[in-house]
Amino acid sequence: MQGHHNKQTNKLVRKLVVIVLAMFGFGFAMVPLYDVFCDITGLNGKTATEAAQINESGIDTDRTITVQFISRTAKEMPWEFRPEIAEIVVHPGETKIIKFYAKNNTLVDMLGQAVPSVAPGRAANYFKKIECFCFEQQFLSGQEEVWMPLQFYIDAEIPTDVNTLTLSYTLFDISLSDKASQASTPEETAIVES
Amino acid sequence: MTTSTTDMAHDDHGYMATGIKRWLFTTNHKDIGTMYLWFAFIMFLTGGSMAMVIRAELFQPGLQIVNPDFFNQLTTVHGLIMVFGAIMPAFTGLANWMIPMMIGAPDMALPRLNNWSFWILPFAFTILLSSFFLGGAPNFGWTFYAPLSTTYSNGSTAFFVFAVHIMGISSIMGAINVIVTIMNLRAPGMTYMKMPLFVWTFFITAYLLIAVMPVLAGVVTMLLTDTYFGTSFFDASGGGDPVMFQHIFWFFGHPEVYIMILPAFGIVSTTIPTFSRKKLFGYSSMVYATSSIAFLSFIVWAHHMFTTGMPLIGELFFMYCTLLIAVPTGVKVFNWMATMWRGSISFEVPMMFSIAFVILFTIGGFSGLMLAMAPVDFQYHDTYFVVAHFHYVLVTGSLFSIYAAAYYWLPKWTGHMFNETLAKAHFWCSLISVNLLFFPMHFLGLAGMPRRIPDYALQFADFNMWVSIGGFAFGLSQLIFLAVVIKCIRGGEKAPAKPWDGAEGLEWTVPSPAPYHTFSTPPKID
Ligand code: HEM
Ligand SMILES: [Cu+2]
Repeated sequence: MQGHHNKQTNKLVRKLVVIVLAMFGFGFAMVPLYDVFCDITGLNGKTATEAAQINESGIDTDRTITVQFISRTAKEMPWEFRPEIAEIVVHPGETKIIKFYAKNNTLVDMLGQAVPSVAPGRAANYFKKIECFCFEQQFLSGQEEVWMPLQFYIDAEIPTDVNTLTLSYTLFDISLSDKASQASTPEETAIVES
Repeated sequence: MTTSTTDMAHDDHGYMATGIKRWLFTTNHKDIGTMYLWFAFIMFLTGGSMAMVIRAELFQPGLQIVNPDFFNQLTTVHGLIMVFGAIMPAFTGLANWMIPMMIGAPDMALPRLNNWSFWILPFAFTILLSSFFLGGAPNFGWTFYAPLSTTYSNGSTAFFVFAVHIMGISSIMGAINVIVTIMNLRAPGMTYMKMPLFVWTFFITAYLLIAVMPVLAGVVTMLLTDTYFGTSFFDASGGGDPVMFQHIFWFFGHPEVYIMILPAFGIVSTTIPTFSRKKLFGYSSMVYATSSIAFLSFIVWAHHMFTTGMPLIGELFFMYCTLLIAVPTGVKVFNWMATMWRGSISFEVPMMFSIAFVILFTIGGFSGLMLAMAPVDFQYHDTYFVVAHFHYVLVTGSLFSIYAAAYYWLPKWTGHMFNETLAKAHFWCSLISVNLLFFPMHFLGLAGMPRRIPDYALQFADFNMWVSIGGFAFGLSQLIFLAVVIKCIRGGEKAPAKPWDGAEGLEWTVPSPAPYHTFSTPPKID
């Protein structure tokens, strides 16, 4: 009944299947697209995963910015984890070192990973970390404790209406996950190895 | 449109297997349509029973019937079944039955694929439902947000993912079939702008399906690998981002809600002209409105995510785009009203459901507009107000349109008129109970009652009791429909080829019940 339709039909079906496959691919393409978009805009509050250069552009002593520190542990992460101070007032461009305390409260060896996030998101790209424990994974044996450094400055270009920003760290237990064997991004691997 | 009648003498492929084999191996669009419709109805009753348990639990504050985890499983599976098991297959069933007859085609273009699209569906839902007995069903909501569905899942993620994959493949194959049928098998003279609006809306819906079902397949695949194979698409500890899950999901999710409403627009655009005895007002504006809704549906997804901490510019963009959808939607509503204006209207049951659709769907559209305004959505988000919104658009919208369609074409399908008294009882019972069920939910939401929680504060008790009573009444009313359909199949007044005097379209040129094969030679269309 559809003999003369067949060729036409097959052609159309092939086209439609291509659309389906392309859209399946597009779903996955949204992952890098999203990352690139957020990298450029800093919209999701993610800070750079690489160390920033030492600030050389000088300090803007006319402005002050309050930087607040929040730390929390992910669900079922038994470590203790807190910053030495809750907030600090800095001038844009000024370099500061803050220490974070971590203690493995269990009796077994564990591996932790801290993930930073900055609010408001649009300030994230101006928060420059010269050194951060979040660039590495933390290995603590049972009951071991450690003070971990964060060295940062705020880029002087930060929009003038941002007067307070909050840096929050969430500490995850990655001892058992596959992520322990591989650092989450190539840049981080490099840092761990060096 | 006048046409030649079907040439039955030419029918040399009249072989029909008997018994179960007829249904297992059938490639006939009418058989497959029938199976889709029955399957959808069975799923509707299954998902409906879950809703009854949910409403029984919420009848009073406190926990009395089910524990919170099981409650979450019920809300999740209820949502999944109603979306993927009831509404979507019912529309596919209607498409199968009616599209070939409306465009003068002998069958769907890819009959074997058609058989497969249907027969994999029962497996998908068997997998999904079996998880209840194998350690617990999905409990993370039909929106399966990561990390609820990955890190914190109860072990049901694999069942869920495979079930969704199969449902997705089924919908994609069904959609390809609809597109190929419409593009290649139209009778000579049936130009695109002569196609019934019903066919147009299914055509556009099918394109939406092939565009977004693959994205759904992608996101559940990421979920699977995050849960079982150590990837970190959505896992912050490994460099991923849980908010990205919501972006990908709603990129599928919002077009999905239009997949569930565009065919409804097509149905009432068929029934309202029939019973108003007038042509559809603004046919071509309807086609363009439908297309622009479909287009806009791709750029509004983040209105589900206003509270995730988007920057102001994002909130504004998605707010304005969403509000823009009200324009083509309004065009449609006004066109239906203009069609009825000064028509000689009669109130047969399909028309009653259609008019109820127009009014109640519009209420759902209005609550949608309220939710679309970013500043106020911070209050409404994740409350019963959202539940009220989407049940108005999906139950009194999509479901009511499906009932309108079923009553409209039952005489064509079965060859008998249905029992009008019973059908009217079904309509009135449904209409009253559905509003008792969903209208107070608006107020509950505005007063701050959160959704997806098995318990609530005392001040919500009275309204919840009324809502539950409405729920039980609505559930029971649907059994009347079952009775009407069974009676109509068994017998009843013989239906003429065209039981509705104002009806137009090729499907009314063939006898009732429609013969197993129709339009083996294409009809002529002027
Ligand atoms: C005028 C058109 C519409 C507008 C402006 C609109 C707007 C919205 C908004 C802003 C939300 C998110 C609310 C929140 O979570 O805070 C929402 C939720 C929802 N809408 Fe609509 N909507 C419209 C039509 C529809 C239609 C036609 C359907 C389906 C047939 C639908 C189904 C849903 C569903 C299922 C949800 C809830 C999803 C969930 O979180 O589980 N909407 N709508
Ligand atoms: Cu939406």
